[in-house]
Amino acid sequence: MSDRIRIGVALLAAWGLVLAAIAAIVLLVGADLDAEERAQVVQILQDRAANAVVISLLLIAPLVFILRVLFRRYVSAPRKLAEDVRIMLTANPAHRARRRGSAEMKQLAEGVNAFAEAREALSRDVEQRVRDANARIEEEKNRLAALMSELAQSVVMCNIEGRILLYNARAMQLLRSPGAAATAKGHSLVGLGRSVFAIFDRNLIIHALDSIHDRLRQGTRNPVANFVTTAPAGGLVRVQMAPVFGSSSDGESARAATGVTGFVLVLDNITRRIESGNRRDLLLQTLTQGTRASLGSVRAAVETIAAFPEMDKEAQGRFIAIIGDEAQRLSARLDETVAEFADSLRTDWPLENMRGADLIAAAQRRIESKLGLPTKQEAVDESLWLNVDSYSLLQALTYFASRLRDEFGIREIRFALEPAGPLAHLDLIWSGAPLGTETTTAWPTDSMELGGESCPLTVKQIVDRHSAELWYQIHKPSHREYFRIAIPVTRPEESSWSAPAPSESRPEFYDFDLFHQPGQTPELDNRPLATLSYTVFDTETTGLQPSAGDEIVSVGAVRIVNGRLLEHEVFEQLVDPKRAMSPEATRITGIETTMLANQPAIDKVLPAFRQFCEDTVLVAHNAAFDMRFLRLKEEATGVRFTQPVLDTLLLSAVIQPDSDAHALEAIAERMGVNAIGRHTALGDAIMTGEVFLRMIPLLAEQGITTLGEAREASQKTWFARIEY
Amino acid sequence: MGKKILIADDEPNIVVSLEFLMKQKGYEVRVVNDGEAALAAVGDFGPDLILLDVMMPRVSGYDVCQKIRENPAWQGIRIIMLSAKGRDIEVTRGMAVGADAYVTKPFSTKDLIDKVRTMLGE
Repeated sequence: MSDRIRIGVALLAAWGLVLAAIAAIVLLVGADLDAEERAQVVQILQDRAANAVVISLLLIAPLVFILRVLFRRYVSAPRKLAEDVRIMLTANPAHRARRRGSAEMKQLAEGVNAFAEAREALSRDVEQRVRDANARIEEEKNRLAALMSELAQSVVMCNIEGRILLYNARAMQLLRSPGAAATAKGHSLVGLGRSVFAIFDRNLIIHALDSIHDRLRQGTRNPVANFVTTAPAGGLVRVQMAPVFGSSSDGESARAATGVTGFVLVLDNITRRIESGNRRDLLLQTLTQGTRASLGSVRAAVETIAAFPEMDKEAQGRFIAIIGDEAQRLSARLDETVAEFADSLRTDWPLENMRGADLIAAAQRRIESKLGLPTKQEAVDESLWLNVDSYSLLQALTYFASRLRDEFGIREIRFALEPAGPLAHLDLIWSGAPLGTETTTAWPTDSMELGGESCPLTVKQIVDRHSAELWYQIHKPSHREYFRIAIPVTRPEESSWSAPAPSESRPEFYDFDLFHQPGQTPELDNRPLATLSYTVFDTETTGLQPSAGDEIVSVGAVRIVNGRLLEHEVFEQLVDPKRAMSPEATRITGIETTMLANQPAIDKVLPAFRQFCEDTVLVAHNAAFDMRFLRLKEEATGVRFTQPVLDTLLLSAVIQPDSDAHALEAIAERMGVNAIGRHTALGDAIMTGEVFLRMIPLLAEQGITTLGEAREASQKTWFARIEY
Repeated sequence: MGKKILIADDEPNIVVSLEFLMKQKGYEVRVVNDGEAALAAVGDFGPDLILLDVMMPRVSGYDVCQKIRENPAWQGIRIIMLSAKGRDIEVTRGMAVGADAYVTKPFSTKDLIDKVRTMLGE
């Protein structure tokens, strides 16, 4: 109801009330009169009816005046105050309410202003504190970055989900993707927010984390885990893992369960060291064994001559020749060894102390979960400690178990661990299938393959590394057969390398946003759009019809992490399509057929691209088109893209259902995104990414905040029905 | 008739001495240079005792020993392992696969002869 109508209604009501009051007085007075007097009064009133009407109309003027005063004081003054408050709250905290209306209203306005003053002061204070804190954090980050860049080792820090929070340049260099040197720029597997599981085997990381958790539960203060693995581009890497603990304000629940919120990996390329170490071991072995053999021959010859002084000249000559011969071989071997030993370094494949029973329990878990093979323990000595690289040793045991299952149909594996002097006997036991000598000699030297994953090591190498011996034995009376690993026993003690103890001066770099991602196995669809990691990509093609043989000629992609487009973490690769560009496509993309001749083919590019976008949500403009091309290559390349996909074209239709213009340029223009390098795959991907980032708040206005909601809304738009 | 000894070693320099010594003690001696030949000789020569080198071409001494012990007919054969590998762990393995003794090179020929005679019950 407008103010004018409200005042009109009030006026009519007041006027009617006054008239009714007068009429009531007249009627009351009239009731007291006798008939004659009443006739006279009626006569008088009838004569002056016109006057009565005029007077009653004149009454309106003072009524209007009174009503307007009342309205101003008690309706519009509070309303203006309310508006002032709204402005203070939302638009301008420095705005102040004007003192209006009645004295009470003026007091109220003063009270409101006092509140606003206090609030502004408070928020200024908070802002200042935030600025100070940010400056401190920035300073610490810079110090940390400076420190990291000076480190000789590669460092990668991850949150508990394996997303990379921090890395240094050396890590980027060490962890290039395979063949990256040959292809275009920036193909390191390391990047903020990317998954460390694209670099290292998930099981390996989880195993190391598990062992850290175990140690924490056992009360070890600074547990670390060591393992050796292969770098994606080849070569052996030694990895030390140390846990990162959450700050105490990070939630009691996390602390209750050991409090680990992430981990640091310190990586060392030990390929050369291992090689020289192996050479050294070999040298040492040939030296000792060769020397023993030669000495054996010499001693036997000398003792024979001494024992039989009466032997004939010819026989004596033969023994003396042996002595001379062996003496020469010994000196030659010594020279050889000295020459070679000079450039052999110390071997550096770290072993850790571990309780044997824990190792067996881990082996049981692994065999049961990986192979679905039931396991049991026989006699296990709980007090034995071994010096092991647990991951490789478990791999070896699992590998044997898998071959027993696959090749001999073994249904159950048992373990035993018993002391034998300075050694421990770790037995992998089964019954019912005697293995031939061929098998037992071949298995340890075959390179291991487990569930389709191959490992560069052999069981023999692993056993040698542990200074252990492995053999096969049958125990006839109990119908048991077993592989026995005789392994030196060690004493329980702390690992030699420990993480620095947390102290006051330790920089707290666990304030990165990625630490606060929801749980370990997040239901992606329920995650807010603003917190997801995305790979925004675009492809250029020889033409528009994938089913008619058109091919991808270029893939460009950029990553979005925590609402930031990371322009230096990009993927850009031309692809040899093995066919000519259409003139039309060349005109649009500027790519000539001749430019593609020396580029890698799609079967080389897609695996690298998949690694680039592992564990992220894909975003593309008109994604159906690009996805169609990728799908058609699934069979040929074996690369599948299974992650969720968002389409900026569909999202644009969700945001602006009335518009017809959902081409990338049109959307970009509406959203104020500048075009750069248009019609190159990377340029378009970056532009799509910028557009997508600006869409997130617009979607939120429509109540679309999670990935699931965005996908659902996309599906509903009619664009979704277009088939390419 | 003297007992039979099989010498399996690929080092000719040690074989010369061993063969001479064993013959001097009146044993019948056969010499082979690798593991396969050793297994064949166990069949057709029928030795009472084997001086078995661990590191031989083709089939190692460990495997020869294991094969012999797998055959019930050959349980009576005494086996002395000779090896330049002297670590505890290798000794353990040798004994585990069925050797009666494990002798690390270099060894005393007198002790070896004593050991052979004891094992053959002389």
